[in-house]
Amino acid sequence: METRFIPNRAALDLQQSAYELSEGTASAPNDENTLAGTQQPEAAPGADEPPRARILAFTCRPQPVADIGENRNAVLFQQQRSTIPQNKAIHRRISATPERVLDAPQMTDDYYLNLLDWNQHNILAVALGNAVYLWNATTGDNDKLVELPEGQLITSVSWCPRHKSNIIAVGTSGKDVQLWDADRKMQMRNLRGHEDRVASLAWNGSIVSAGSRDTSIINFDVRLPDPRIATMSGFHQQEVCSLRWSPDGTQLASGGNDNQLFIWDSMQLHQPLHSLMGHQGAVKAMAWCPLQPNLLASGGGSADRTIKIWNTSSAACLNSIDTESQVCSLLWSKYDMELLSSHGFRHNQLCLWSYPSMVKFAELRGHEKRVLHLAMSPDGTTVCSGSPDESLRFWKVFRGANDVAKGAPAEGGEATGRGLQTLQLR
Amino acid sequence: MATSQQTRSNITLRGSTEIVTEFFGFSINNILYQRGIYPPELFKPVNKYGLTLLVASDEGLRRYLSQVLTQISEWLMNRCIQKLVIVIASVTTQQVLERWVFNIEADRSFSDARPAQKPEREIQSEIQAIMRQITSSVSCLPLLREACTFDLLVYTDESCEIPHAWEVSDPKYISNSAEVRLRSFTTKVHKVDACVAYRRTDDDL
Repeated sequence: METRFIPNRAALDLQQSAYELSEGTASAPNDENTLAGTQQPEAAPGADEPPRARILAFTCRPQPVADIGENRNAVLFQQQRSTIPQNKAIHRRISATPERVLDAPQMTDDYYLNLLDWNQHNILAVALGNAVYLWNATTGDNDKLVELPEGQLITSVSWCPRHKSNIIAVGTSGKDVQLWDADRKMQMRNLRGHEDRVASLAWNGSIVSAGSRDTSIINFDVRLPDPRIATMSGFHQQEVCSLRWSPDGTQLASGGNDNQLFIWDSMQLHQPLHSLMGHQGAVKAMAWCPLQPNLLASGGGSADRTIKIWNTSSAACLNSIDTESQVCSLLWSKYDMELLSSHGFRHNQLCLWSYPSMVKFAELRGHEKRVLHLAMSPDGTTVCSGSPDESLRFWKVFRGANDVAKGAPAEGGEATGRGLQTLQLR
Repeated sequence: MATSQQTRSNITLRGSTEIVTEFFGFSINNILYQRGIYPPELFKPVNKYGLTLLVASDEGLRRYLSQVLTQISEWLMNRCIQKLVIVIASVTTQQVLERWVFNIEADRSFSDARPAQKPEREIQSEIQAIMRQITSSVSCLPLLREACTFDLLVYTDESCEIPHAWEVSDPKYISNSAEVRLRSFTTKVHKVDACVAYRRTDDDL
């Protein structure tokens, strides 16, 4: 059929040549994807000449699916990916100065209290002395919600994480847990049962767990006329200063001034599932990793100074690092495997750690007293730190959902690099 | 009992062709499922090679695969097939994102007069290892963020005739690719080894 004369066509590999011309890359001779042929048992003499092959495709192809929606591997892939330290995450700029500073006069200087929380509707609640103030981070408005009689103190605040409501639980030195509707500015309930101040609160659906200096933890179901549904007493020996429900709501972590850290199964509250031993100081800083199930970070007080990482299903301590300072509070990033810790004496700093290497890659200073409280904005990018130096500072430290989707590093704002350490992970 | 053991470890050309064709069928289905080329609702679980594998239940896709596999098995019988390549490309840009290559080496001196000796169980476990690798590849390959389509390319000897409804294609190489080599298996008649090449994303550089 061919009438033209082409000399020795068999010696030409047109596809290979075209590929190398267009891509301009020299290919390794045995690279599967840059060579057209494979070895044949009866190859022609001259072994470096690639064997001839014809590439065929079947033409009656099936219709491709128009829209398959979100790739269901995305979650798996993101998780796997985020455990690998990425250059981008490491080299992103993190502002060494706060974005904003708010005055917080009369903030109680007590390590065991939990006085700061930020909810889904972008409202920050902060307890100052005997009053709870709300600061709307969208509009900048502030308002006083609760004021206790003189001589009493607010000892803990916690927003109900339900999306539609602005319900806040307020623990007081008067042994109460007060439930307030922040929209209507009225008290809804008063949950009683403790015999001392309520220093820690944690929500799980309609259940609020309250830990007290009377060493007990009480679970209240706020829907019930008789709300007290479980009491966990006799395990902690001193004040329960930290409570956190796991993101899936199946496990409750409780930390006490007795250096004890317990994990409770939500179905079996008569005794702890695990007692995580190892801290030498009060366990007040605790955070569940939102990306990896059963991963808990906890920090010890001034006698301990370590951050420990636990697998709460096996009770194994995965890592422990000495921070050389009292650990006051911990927060995980929503989208990256990064952990933020806040510290006391001597630098009153915030430290950003990469997990699992636990390399510290940023340190933020500015507070003049220990940074007792941390709260995260609903978009996960900004962290508010509260300190008895009577200031609240807002730091943009984490990447948000948009940054992660674009694969872009989070911008740290204009003033960058002052006093900032950036360490390479690998 | 002893006789049945004996016959099971004898492998003829036809037997080897069946094993390899069946392997290709399950690999293609598994890759389409694992890489999210078709939505998971279109797949049904079946037990094969001691694993639970997913097989497409969509009529058009099944028909296409069975026609291709019938032709491939003919080529395997004639020992003129060199490679089977699964090309995954973006629907919108047509850019090739992944290339799964199965190299086939046939023993040309083989004849059914002297069947190959290899226990079926051993072949099964080799195939099982490749299937496991394909399944676990999801966690290391780059996420396919856009809608993708696939194509099957077959490398045959030049002497081989082009069957009806088949066309000559370009190799659809990936520029700037990285490669992961998978395991191999052999029936002693056909040896199949696998690898996957994927397009490097910029942040890997």
